[in-house]
Amino acid sequence: MLGLDKKDMKFLLIVTFLTLATPILLQPFPEGSGLAQFNAGYPDLMQRFAIFGIFAIGFNILFGLTGYLSFGHAAFLGVGSYSAVWMFKLLSMNVLPGLVLAVIMSGLFALVIGYVSLRRSGIYFSILTLAFAQMSYNLAYSVLTPITNGETGLQVTLNDPRILGQQVSASGNVPGTHFFGIEMGAAQKIAIGSWEFTFSAGYYFCAIIAIIAFYLSLRIFRSPFGLMLRAIKSNQQRLNYTGLNARPYTLAAFVISGMYAGLAGGLLASMDPLAGAERMQWTASGEVVLMTILGGVGTMMGPVLGAGVIKYMENIFSKINDQVLHQWFGWLPDSLESIVIWAAEHFVGSGWHMTSGVLFMIVVIFLPGGLVEGGQRIKSYFKNRRGGDSDDPEHHPKQAPHVAE
Amino acid sequence: MDAILLQTLNGLDKGSAYAMIALGLTLIFGTLGVVNFAHGALFMIGAFCAVTMQRLFSISFETLDPTQTDFLGNPLKVKTPYVESWFGPEMGASIIDWSVPLAIVFSIPIMLFVGYAMERGLIKHFYKRPHADQILVTFGLAIVMQELIKHYYGANPIPTSAPDAFKGSFDFGTMLGFDPNVIIYPYWRLVYFAFSAIVIGAVFAFLRFTTFGMVVRAGMADRETVGLLGINIDKRFTIMFGIAAAVAGLAGVMYAPINSPNYHMGMDFLVLSFVVVVVGGMGSLPGAVLAGFMLGILESFASMNWIKDIIPGIDQIIIYLVAILILLTRPRGLMGRKGVMED
Repeated sequence: MLGLDKKDMKFLLIVTFLTLATPILLQPFPEGSGLAQFNAGYPDLMQRFAIFGIFAIGFNILFGLTGYLSFGHAAFLGVGSYSAVWMFKLLSMNVLPGLVLAVIMSGLFALVIGYVSLRRSGIYFSILTLAFAQMSYNLAYSVLTPITNGETGLQVTLNDPRILGQQVSASGNVPGTHFFGIEMGAAQKIAIGSWEFTFSAGYYFCAIIAIIAFYLSLRIFRSPFGLMLRAIKSNQQRLNYTGLNARPYTLAAFVISGMYAGLAGGLLASMDPLAGAERMQWTASGEVVLMTILGGVGTMMGPVLGAGVIKYMENIFSKINDQVLHQWFGWLPDSLESIVIWAAEHFVGSGWHMTSGVLFMIVVIFLPGGLVEGGQRIKSYFKNRRGGDSDDPEHHPKQAPHVAE
Repeated sequence: MDAILLQTLNGLDKGSAYAMIALGLTLIFGTLGVVNFAHGALFMIGAFCAVTMQRLFSISFETLDPTQTDFLGNPLKVKTPYVESWFGPEMGASIIDWSVPLAIVFSIPIMLFVGYAMERGLIKHFYKRPHADQILVTFGLAIVMQELIKHYYGANPIPTSAPDAFKGSFDFGTMLGFDPNVIIYPYWRLVYFAFSAIVIGAVFAFLRFTTFGMVVRAGMADRETVGLLGINIDKRFTIMFGIAAAVAGLAGVMYAPINSPNYHMGMDFLVLSFVVVVVGGMGSLPGAVLAGFMLGILESFASMNWIKDIIPGIDQIIIYLVAILILLTRPRGLMGRKGVMED
């Protein structure tokens, strides 16, 4: 069905189910309990899961399949955001034209940047993309102020033309973003017992787009085109000797992943109609690299998982403050408590970036395959202990070489 | 003519910083083959060495001075830095005044140690891993260093002053026979340039004229053969990593009075220094220095008003533009050698 084999279809269905049930699954703790702060089932955060999931899926098409490490993908996110907000300003608050323009603009941008950057590979490619992204960032801050509104960021105002939609809402404010009448800000709260679930239109909009994006990337992964990209990663020289030009393929992958980033940027602007240059900064590019690596480069589920974990941790870690720490470690003896709290303070609150840096290092050092590989390792470990006879090639005696090594 | 000279001079201080950081990056890359994204953080740590030194010297104790009173009529509290009470008021005051140059002495062992620890503790395990992994792990390390500094020193820039003797500017133009008041140049920038010239010269001399340097150069050319000759090349490369870190740190120490150090200055410089290294040619030491000064001066020329009128925003992007042009026309950079990073 849908051009997928049975296994992939099952996979897609599971992902779809998980995505749609997110508002329930991420709200495991009842309201008012001590653990309620670990709930993640509120619209703003769930939207970011979906949006950054899309961003990471797109990045993975480039980095995971072709092995080209781009350090400038945030530029496309920024371009997407700016184009979407401009559509909100000029046409209407309907998100559709905004998203379409975001994808087209970021695609064009990626075409230009990719055409130049892909002439080089390896670290040169990373630095070229980084240079382009920093250039866009600097320009957005300085000369392009009429388009980007500089440091303040681009916002929708009451004076915008909005020729197709309403200029001012009934209450006299700037109208909210909507999809053919479905307000993005609308949310339905349902309380079951002491649990409270929020079903937001904005989240479901992002989620459906994310599922479509996931499906497309699944198709790309399984297609001959995807196979070609993998060939580029494993041995580009051999590919060249076979008489195949790798560049059109890499360029296509670059443009596709740029469009994914633009779509994510457009969605960010659709949920909250403003765009700032800091979205293009290279730390933002670093973040998407981290998401992909953390989840597992080149795997289907990895980037989404990574994006979710990073955004969740960012949210939770920033919320924890001294008081919470004192609550947690109150049972320790005083001297020990102060030491633990002193150490923990570095990582929580505004120290979230420190946590992300440490996480970055730990993942790269100990788990280059990311969480997905970690999961597989645990699985095979249990399998080995239970079954005894495994299909793990590492634990079978090696075939003796024909010629002495 | 005077305008050209002025812009060249203006570009020298940034160019010096680029050149020193890029030199360290190239040293690390040329010896160990590691792409170090944490090098900007080392530069920043150097700058914060200067800040720490100034703070340490200014630690003071309070005494009550009965001869003076504050506005409430109580005896005035007088703060006296410890150094002033130890070395006498005049000597103490000049020590505080000269804390930035003095920080050089203090920063060299610290940076050597940081570099050594970094190489032995982390980078050593990444020689056999792909460049992407090296980039990522050092990127993570850079974030950690940056956040540590932010945690302890705060997010705001910390003004760090140069010694009084070098404060202010002087009329450089009159010395060369130009009209007065045309080329005004701050003393400290000249000091910074001279300092960077000395440091860069020292590194080159060290590599050129000492036995240790000779072995390192041989190792850069062919690591395996040098190893087979019974020389412990790894140990020497580790020391070179420490030296590269020290060069970046020194660049940071002396840069503190030019721009107040803040926690993200390293990242700002890192991106540009990488561009410098690539423009100069990966693995070429003279290339890195040349490209550093060249790009610094170009940046300064691009920020002239009449050029900005023709091409708005050019001062923001000139370095990236040049880098893109050079990478596309001369893929190995200005002085890149064949066979370095060709894969």
